[in-house]
Amino acid sequence: MDVLGRYEPLVDDPAAFRAACERPLPYTVRVNTIKSSVERATAALDETGVGWTAAAWNPRLLELDTDAPGRTWPYFLGWLHGQEAVSAIPALVLDPQPGERVWDACAAPGSKASQLAELLGDAGRLVANDASLGRLPALRANLDRLGVTCAAVTHGDARTFSLAPFAGERFDRVLVDAPCSGEGTVRKNPAVLDDWSASSAAGLADLQAGILRRAVEVTRPGGVVVYATCTFAPEENEAVLDRVLGAVDATLVPFDCPLAAEPGVTGWEGETFDPSVRHARRIWPHLNDTGGFFVARLAVGS
Amino acid sequence: MSAEGPDRPRPDGDGSTDGGDGPADEADRPVNDPQRFERLPATDADRRVEDRPTRAAVLAYFDERFGVPPATFADHTFWEKGAGSVWVAAGDALTPLAVEALGLRLLRTGGRHWKPTTDGVQRFGDAATRNVVAVDREAARRFVRGEDGPVEWDGDWGYLVVATAVAGDPAPLGVGLFIDGTLRSQVPKGRRRSLGGRQL
Repeated sequence: MDVLGRYEPLVDDPAAFRAACERPLPYTVRVNTIKSSVERATAALDETGVGWTAAAWNPRLLELDTDAPGRTWPYFLGWLHGQEAVSAIPALVLDPQPGERVWDACAAPGSKASQLAELLGDAGRLVANDASLGRLPALRANLDRLGVTCAAVTHGDARTFSLAPFAGERFDRVLVDAPCSGEGTVRKNPAVLDDWSASSAAGLADLQAGILRRAVEVTRPGGVVVYATCTFAPEENEAVLDRVLGAVDATLVPFDCPLAAEPGVTGWEGETFDPSVRHARRIWPHLNDTGGFFVARLAVGS
Repeated sequence: MSAEGPDRPRPDGDGSTDGGDGPADEADRPVNDPQRFERLPATDADRRVEDRPTRAAVLAYFDERFGVPPATFADHTFWEKGAGSVWVAAGDALTPLAVEALGLRLLRTGGRHWKPTTDGVQRFGDAATRNVVAVDREAARRFVRGEDGPVEWDGDWGYLVVATAVAGDPAPLGVGLFIDGTLRSQVPKGRRRSLGGRQL
């Protein structure tokens, strides 16, 4: 089926959307300021003859003119980490402050977790959880190479995540970068569209709602939860928010998105959603020449 | 603890045979639980688990061996998970913790000679002033590939911080074992890379 076609009614410029989805993505890295600085990491790239361009909206994100950054000195040293530009957005929207307690509910392979650790100043406590035992080694390897010392790595189903190992103390902020159908990664992995099915999207939506609900439960009143996916499907985005909003003490709030984005949609295939889902942001690939993402920010408690 | 060890280190440098459970007739004593992170005692007087290194000993090791000032770790705590494996984590945390990882694995204390990890040296090795061997790019490339090679070094045998100039300043790459004119790379398999080509 034409998976991208099902989203065309939601897009301002379907032709531009299609064209962007067919272009490969530029290769970007994030400078890891736990071990380096933008100045030193870029000097190391200059020294090794790798060209770079800083993103206009974020000097820590560099587009490289090599597709093998893993073979450069700054990468080996943990000064750089491969991360797509749009994937840097959720952690920035969560906006953790140094010393806070943060939970990354679906953390592997660790791009956003290591970015959260960096935003925490590698102080405080980051709990980086993943349900997949097979993905934990990649998560741990990335945190280790990037020199993260503020993280505890846990393995478990985020829907039933226990605060017991942490003395029951709730978190200041939680990131839910949920497992999803992943159409937003089509520029990296075109095969993702072949795997799409309505039934798997429905199953993922149940999982996503369960994780988001638990995320709100383990966040202190006054805390923040960010819900993010890399799918365009309203079933896995606004519909999930709509389901969870009715069951927990949290509200969707507006936020400044560093990239051009469109509001969440309040209806899809005959269903209507809570009007506050418009505070969420849809980052379509053609708007900033990136991958696709969905981001929502929730304020917990009254 | 046996950090100092003036005698010759063994090339394996691995303390994995060192059990941590103590004698059977002392089974009611607290023992190391390999499933949990437990905080290192501050000093010998605070020690409850036999053979567990102390925070004081870890600080003294980095200070004496590498010249890393103890204040480098002022905002970090030390933990053990599995006998002889010391981890470093930012800030205070509750103890004991049943988690998969807590901060970075920093040091192996199980063998006769304590051995810092590659990731620990990359994270904290900028503060090292002793037993740091500076190598040129070619030797550094070899080291990062996991290969052994000759090195000019007049100092102690044993574990050294290996550094090379990157962007003008020395950058700690990892740990090498210096024995009899040869630097043996201790970069673990998963971290080894072929860096380079002509320019890189």
